[in-house]
Amino acid sequence: MRWRKIKQASVWWLLPLFVLTLMLTGCGQHIVTKDVMQQVAESNEITWGVKGDMRLFGLTDIKSGQVKGFEVDLATAISKEVFGKEVKINFVPVNSNTRLPLLRNGNVDALIATMTITPDRKKEIDFSNSYFNAGQAILVKRGSKVKSVKNLTQGTKVIGIQGSNSVVNIKKYAPQSEVLQLADAAQAFAALKSGQGDAMTTDNGILYGLTSDDKSYHVVGGTFTKEPYGIGVNKHQKKFLSAINQALKKLEDNGDYQKLVDKWFGQIAGFDGSVVK
Amino acid sequence: MISILTAHWSELVEGMKYTIGSSLIALIGSLILGIIFAMFVISPNRWLRIIGSVYVEIFRNIPLLVVAMFFYIVMPRFVPGLDGFKAGTIGLTIYTSAFIAETFRAGIESVAVGQMEAARSNGMTYLQAMKYIILPQATKIVIPPLGNQFVNLVKNSSVLAFLAGFDLMYQGNLIASTTFKTTDTYLAVGLLYLVMTMPLSYLMRYLEKRWSRLPTV
Amino acid sequence: MQNFIDAYSWVNLRFLLEGLWVTIYVSAISVVLSFIIGSILGLIRYVKIKYLSMIVGFIIDLIRNLPLLLIIFFMYFGLPSTFGIRLNTVTAAIVALTVFESAMLAEIIRSGIQSIGVGQMEAARSNGLTYLQAMWYIILPQAFRNMVPPIVSQFVSLVKDSSLATIILLPELMYHSQIIYGQNTNYMIPMFVALAFLYFVICFLLSRLSKRLARRLH
Repeated sequence: MRWRKIKQASVWWLLPLFVLTLMLTGCGQHIVTKDVMQQVAESNEITWGVKGDMRLFGLTDIKSGQVKGFEVDLATAISKEVFGKEVKINFVPVNSNTRLPLLRNGNVDALIATMTITPDRKKEIDFSNSYFNAGQAILVKRGSKVKSVKNLTQGTKVIGIQGSNSVVNIKKYAPQSEVLQLADAAQAFAALKSGQGDAMTTDNGILYGLTSDDKSYHVVGGTFTKEPYGIGVNKHQKKFLSAINQALKKLEDNGDYQKLVDKWFGQIAGFDGSVVK
Repeated sequence: MISILTAHWSELVEGMKYTIGSSLIALIGSLILGIIFAMFVISPNRWLRIIGSVYVEIFRNIPLLVVAMFFYIVMPRFVPGLDGFKAGTIGLTIYTSAFIAETFRAGIESVAVGQMEAARSNGMTYLQAMKYIILPQATKIVIPPLGNQFVNLVKNSSVLAFLAGFDLMYQGNLIASTTFKTTDTYLAVGLLYLVMTMPLSYLMRYLEKRWSRLPTV
Repeated sequence: MQNFIDAYSWVNLRFLLEGLWVTIYVSAISVVLSFIIGSILGLIRYVKIKYLSMIVGFIIDLIRNLPLLLIIFFMYFGLPSTFGIRLNTVTAAIVALTVFESAMLAEIIRSGIQSIGVGQMEAARSNGLTYLQAMWYIILPQAFRNMVPPIVSQFVSLVKDSSLATIILLPELMYHSQIIYGQNTNYMIPMFVALAFLYFVICFLLSRLSKRLARRLH
């Protein structure tokens, strides 16, 4: 190729890159500014982001196609408390990777998706008071040499979920272990079962959900972090946030909250109901 | 976007290494497999023809994601040690090889049948005629579509992100989910993909022009 | 074997078919839209309108050189935050597939028209046809005949590529199968067999159809 041609060609691909860069440096972050309280009052419709693959919390029911779980029930109870019994409630499945952008972009009004309240996330969104106290744990095949997080040393692989707080934590608790991050809990568990890692780590409630129909895997070593779950709303939705907190308080006081806990976690072996709240 | 590039440069470069590595391995692998199966498809032996056609049709009509996922979560039960990078690269190789086989078949068939007969009647064996007469001519015809396949390979290697394969897209997902700067991160990742693919496709376009000016027998 | 029988229960099969329906629905709309848009863009690129063709060319090149996954992410997450346009998973997937496949088709259509050659156009013009007439009656019909196979194989790619939208939780075939084997990992192998079979049937039928169409046109 002659030199002139090369120069010509490089201009042709540099130019689009340049245009793209110009386009992008100019774009700001659009923020949804509409007040949720007002919006729901007008449309009588609220949209929650929930997990679709977390047994006990939010799991797509294959028979009906609906998402079912503790968080779905709690979201329903809160919505009815805040907006009245007639409000139409939509559930959009999210995963740990998609939930924050979807909330900030306004695809969903609120998130109730096994999301730990962390300082980093608090910079981006607001959280309600905690509605569930989870803790991080590890899941291994029965008979595995890994008995607790301390066994995850050099040469081991641990599977986590993209965007979850547990992959941030595991780097502190098992810094030498290689972390493989998959898109959601279902994929992570499938990867664990096919031997892609020595252990899987995420919050205990989620792990108990996975073991509830597969007895060849079990949770070992107890929890090693505290993961309080909160409902996420956008930064400027103070009215909505305080309404959620009031509703939570009321549901706790009148015993409805405890009923939901018993319904979903009462039968789970190894799960101490009293630690939930 | 600039801040993502500067703050996470090392992860992104690491991801690019895996992307390029996977694409290169898959390119070489799929060229070899593709040529083998193209020879099967056009071979005079009926059974080889059937094997070749079935292989090509199956992998041309199943999504790459399904093939790659299969190697990641099903195959390790039978073949231990297939991690995300290996499984993804194998999936990519097999998937692409079906397209390359098809490209080669079309290329070889476009070199007239008469040539093969002429070569055979001059005393060459089937394989000799292939090697000295048909393949050199066919190569010229298949270079441009092969170039496109390589650009596709680089883009398609992003399925490694589904398998924790440490490629550029995977690193992008991790950065997006820890910095919460989703749009900026994916724009930065897009820019890096363009840096890899754009020169390739312009090179291919240039080669295509040059080849087309040459007489193709 | 028992796993296979259990996995293909009526409930699971119905759930898979629901996913298949979304795959077909999203693909069909994207096929129609991207054919229209791709044709227009391909023509603009071919006829070389000053500046416009150049800009269109840049955009097509940009899109053609990006992974589809990235375009899907951008349509789902990027559009709202940059332009304030909010899409649900189905529309985001349709828009992403349409944008990506339009660019691919535009290139196929441009090179298809180009392959007909200048001679034909000149002959037609010298016989008194206007540029547009020559294009419509002489060039495009011939070009279209040559373009059918690559266009259809692009459509087959579109159907296959729609599986990537599982990353934004589009309830299509791949995602539904993941939900099923996520809830019972014994169903993993049966689900992959079903996935391969269903995608194969759709894509194979589509490519057979194109072969028949191409034969009829010739």
